[in-house]
Amino acid sequence: MIPEFGHFSLILAFAVAVVLSIVPIIGAAKNDTVMMSMARPAALTQFLFVGLAYAILTRAFIVHDFSVLYVAENSNMVQPLLYRISGVWGAHEGSLLLWTLILSVWTVAVAAFSRHLPDVLVARVLAVMGMVSVGFLTFMLFTSNPFERIFPAPIDGNQLNPLLQDPGLAMHPPMLYIGYVGFSVAFAFAVAALLGGKLDATWARWSRPWTTVAWAFLTIGIALGSWWAYDELGWGGWWFWDPVENASFMPWLAGTALIHSLASTEKRGVFKSWTVLLAILAFSLSLVGTFIVRSGVLVSVHAFATDPRRGVYILAFLCVVIGGSLALYAWRSATVVSRGRFDWFSRETALLLNNIVFVTAAAAVFVGTMYPLLVDALGIGKISVGRPYFDVMFSLISIPLLLLLGIGPMIRWKGDSWPRIARIATTIFIISLVLGLLAPFVFEDGLNIKTGLGLAGALWVALTALRDLVVRIKQHRHLSRSYLGMVLAHLGVSLFVIGIAITTTYSVEKDLRMDPGTSYNIAGYEFRFDGIKKTPGPNYVANQATITILKNKEKIGVLHPQKRTYGGRGNPMTEASIDIGLFRDLYAALGEPLSNGAWSMRIYYKPMIRWIWAGCLFMAMGGFIAVSDRRYRQKVKQRISFRRSREVLVES
Amino acid sequence: MSDTKPSTFRRFAPLIFFIILAALLGFGLTLNPRLVPSPLINKPVPKFTLPLLNQAGSFSDKDLKGHITLVNVWASWCFVCRQEHAEVKRLSRQGIRIIGFNYKDKAADAKAWLQRLGNPYRKVIVDRTGRVAIDWGVYGAPETFLVDRHGIIRYKVIGSLADPDNLKALLKKMKALK
Repeated sequence: MIPEFGHFSLILAFAVAVVLSIVPIIGAAKNDTVMMSMARPAALTQFLFVGLAYAILTRAFIVHDFSVLYVAENSNMVQPLLYRISGVWGAHEGSLLLWTLILSVWTVAVAAFSRHLPDVLVARVLAVMGMVSVGFLTFMLFTSNPFERIFPAPIDGNQLNPLLQDPGLAMHPPMLYIGYVGFSVAFAFAVAALLGGKLDATWARWSRPWTTVAWAFLTIGIALGSWWAYDELGWGGWWFWDPVENASFMPWLAGTALIHSLASTEKRGVFKSWTVLLAILAFSLSLVGTFIVRSGVLVSVHAFATDPRRGVYILAFLCVVIGGSLALYAWRSATVVSRGRFDWFSRETALLLNNIVFVTAAAAVFVGTMYPLLVDALGIGKISVGRPYFDVMFSLISIPLLLLLGIGPMIRWKGDSWPRIARIATTIFIISLVLGLLAPFVFEDGLNIKTGLGLAGALWVALTALRDLVVRIKQHRHLSRSYLGMVLAHLGVSLFVIGIAITTTYSVEKDLRMDPGTSYNIAGYEFRFDGIKKTPGPNYVANQATITILKNKEKIGVLHPQKRTYGGRGNPMTEASIDIGLFRDLYAALGEPLSNGAWSMRIYYKPMIRWIWAGCLFMAMGGFIAVSDRRYRQKVKQRISFRRSREVLVES
Repeated sequence: MSDTKPSTFRRFAPLIFFIILAALLGFGLTLNPRLVPSPLINKPVPKFTLPLLNQAGSFSDKDLKGHITLVNVWASWCFVCRQEHAEVKRLSRQGIRIIGFNYKDKAADAKAWLQRLGNPYRKVIVDRTGRVAIDWGVYGAPETFLVDRHGIIRYKVIGSLADPDNLKALLKKMKALK
């Protein structure tokens, strides 16, 4: 019975979402306070029903209720508790439920933290989020019901895809979804502003912290995905430009453009309509990302063949959301007038260029991801764009990006003088270039222009940011949290670029046949294969190798790469073993058993790969610090100003 | 420099761009992959030689000649294969010659799976690396190929045979061969 309650709860959530998406928006149009005041309770009720449904599905996983088809498909008796809980979002139906749950949480959060905003705006924002929720609940109820029963119930279930049984990946979808769905807030604010015809700087101030938080979560989500791929897939790579990754990278690029554009709109009132467009774009790409990954259209045609209704529904939903909001934009943006004036050489221009770079990057990824699909759809043939295309595109895009990133934050709003900037920047530029180009000499081989330029770019970004910080401290200027957040995020970019430049150039990888007792040297490290042992895990059996690592004849670590077989069936999974270091990772992955106890094996030396993820963490932390800035804690400020005005009254 | 009201073109450009894109995608979706014919249909089976499960010896494309055969691609890790298995067994009981094509699987897993669920296959050929499956144009499991007496592929079902539409279409094609 209990799973039926879950289904029923979803139906109720759907009904509430319909109310939420209609009543407050009519209220806003008629200026009816009663109708508008429905928004907050409806948001809360929706959250309670979706939350209940989610809890019921989780329970079904925990108590092994295999009469629920989705549970039977994605878990079995021996699956550990952690992977039963994360199994909820392990496949299509459950991950849609997670998406909807997160959307309802964001909706409640907006309802709770918007007390200082005008009622009309709040009513519209919550209603728009309600509309998105209606779309998802309809999709779930009609094509992807997670509570569908199977009769007779199997005695044991299948299992969660073993690839997904990893703590990093367990956390990856929730983080990613918090980011994806978070852009719905910026989207809802943009649409609400278009509906109300009031696109002013305050609109940007309100939606900015929400956007930054969403962006920071998305950054963490993508970094976790990358880290997982490195850790789990056993290929030693950290980014593969596969369509699933690109689907999360596109909204990130649009979101990065958006948070910068919001800064211009908030501070200077410029680029208003452009910012609205970016808010629509970032959320649209999030929707596209969710759907193309989950519908399986990218991975295999099978997923679509099993249920073409899903494909048609997804396309219709995307058309309504994206087409509808763009039509609204076309209709209402005529009234938007940007009044801010600025010179060609100004912070505004720098941020505009930033936006051009990021949107170009997003377009490049979009083309690279969708082009093969389109060509296939039109029946011209099967082609793959792949890695070389993306590598070339992003090497080109990173040049203007890094140059701007160093110089942009120095330039003043409205206008600045080129000689002033040149005086500051020239020295740093030369130092970065020389040091960057010399750095490759530290590693064994000599000059390497590409790596050198990458490192020079990273140094340039870091040195300009640090110089600015030092100058401000010397001048005893107030360092706001949003400034510190920006510096931290930009330093993150620097770490990220250093990590990429060094890892791509100086990694060593070897595919070997190793007999027990033999050893092999790479990059000054000796990998000694000591043998293989059968090791049982909670729901798998593994062949575990012992590899001792020595440097200068001294033991510095032991690796235990495994080949796991889950539940006595399925392909064996490679579980790489990694000796982690700030400056290098040593990595071993088991291949296949060969004759006489020998195994094929893959060993890697990966210098500074940790810097890539450290850089992402810096960026995300920067985002979190920026939103803790004082000016977003408006309530406090209002209360203080109220007290002051009372004091003034008393004095007079 | 100062921003002014966006021009009509600037206001409508995003919408127009989106409409074109959506139209292309919509067109892509109308091409139902179920209906997209495999390029191998009405072509001879690609040349291959693979080992057998549960017995010594090998199996090659030549062994498919002389009978109407279903080649059922399956794997122990494939949930849908388990769902369709009852149907495969039913077809086998009706006397249809079915060859199992064990795809990217471990021999021990595959044997255990058949022991537990029953073995409807005349023979099971083993493609552990999936190399031969590429020649056959296999996307994943399950898939079922209909091969005629001359070793020519006549039809291909993508997905489960437990799906009545799939089964009906396959049986119709089979009847036409007899």
